Amino acid sequence: MSRVNILQIVSFFIYLFYQVLVLQNVVLFHTAFCFLYVAYLLLLPVETNPLILMGMGFVMGFTVDLFYESIGLHAFACVFVMYIRNYWLGSITPQGGYDNNALPSMQLAGIQWFSVYAMPLIFIHHVVLFFVEAGGFSMFWFTLLKAVASTFFTTLALLIAQFLFPNRRR
Amino acid sequence: MARLFLFLYANRAFFTFLLLEVFCAWMIVENNRYQGAKFFNSSNRFIAETNNVSQGVREYFQLHEINKALAEENAMLRNQLQKISPSLQPVDSIVTNDSTEVNRFVYISAKVMNNSVGRFTNFITLNKGIDEGVEPDMAVISSSGVVGKVKTVSNHYCVVTSLLNVDVMTSAVLKRTGHYGTIQWDGLNPYTANLKYIPRHVKPVVGDTVVTSGYNAVFPQGIMIGVISEVKLRDEELFNDLKVKLAQDFRKLSYVTIVKSTLRHEQDSIEQSVNQIIRK
Repeated sequence: MSRVNILQIVSFFIYLFYQVLVLQNVVLFHTAFCFLYVAYLLLLPVETNPLILMGMGFVMGFTVDLFYESIGLHAFACVFVMYIRNYWLGSITPQGGYDNNALPSMQLAGIQWFSVYAMPLIFIHHVVLFFVEAGGFSMFWFTLLKAVASTFFTTLALLIAQFLFPNRRR
Repeated sequence: MARLFLFLYANRAFFTFLLLEVFCAWMIVENNRYQGAKFFNSSNRFIAETNNVSQGVREYFQLHEINKALAEENAMLRNQLQKISPSLQPVDSIVTNDSTEVNRFVYISAKVMNNSVGRFTNFITLNKGIDEGVEPDMAVISSSGVVGKVKTVSNHYCVVTSLLNVDVMTSAVLKRTGHYGTIQWDGLNPYTANLKYIPRHVKPVVGDTVVTSGYNAVFPQGIMIGVISEVKLRDEELFNDLKVKLAQDFRKLSYVTIVKSTLRHEQDSIEQSVNQIIRK
């Protein structure tokens, strides 16, 4: 139980309660949702074991589901994103590779790299989430609009959060 | 066998992924089934209390409108009372004293703990549960109209399937013409729902009132649902294409009434026995 682990647990609850207490009420034009809790999963250290990643994704998604009255939905999307996260990280390795214990945050390789890393993952998460929620493709364009608008909203919130609370840990 | 284990171990990430996803999918399906998942929902005490914190803040900003709605309802009830009291029955006429008829519906007032309108399947958490006599399948209404139907109940809380839920169908009637149809939300706009199965020969107009039909014994008869806001009749369709502007603004829900129908079990059981006879 190192200091880093305790910090991770604390930030888990901060992201969770910020999501269910505040962001649950923030919906723009009935289309753009903000699921900032995904940021916690995206910012887990680079070298985390994929099994642990998926486990964390499941726990986080399931806890959010409890409050959102949608058991399994967020957990499904989170596990999916956590499974592809490491493959994605591997394919966009910045020059010189990752340091030990590096966090895939904006401090690692700048805002450009971070956007390239975070945005597709957030988009995939939202697409899975909204289409599973809609139960199919019967309202394809509206659901896609929801996913795209929410992706921009969540990414913007994530970038602002990165500027406000920069991760100085290495 | 050893090869198999080696194979499983080598691909453990993928198989864990598969296992978790299947488990999640199972939970989603199970929860979508009517009255699934008894424990893991916001009728759980801790979750309801946490949701109530944010609802408390939201409610503070709505105080003005809540007060207005309550004052209007008070005025309406007082008007009704005045209409009834002078027209008391003459002493010698037969007064209906059938207690089952008089107490046909029991009303329980409840406060909204959590609510959403943005998803395809929306639920509302209320602060009344088994201890106050709430049971699954009871109707939930507000002063302005239909709200939903109770889905699950815990000791002190209950979860209501909102009318804004693409899986919910409510039997409704066009008040002016008396034709029966079904109200179903389309998932797009929290202010309107669709009224289906009104046949071609009926000519509804914008502004017609839509109320509950009382056919399914959940909702009392004649509860306001909304007014028709759009009428379309395509050439090839069998039914009218109607949009209904809902009377209740679901974003501003704060106090609601749970309706307990004391005769519901009787109606259900007699209808069931009839169905069984038909099937034989």
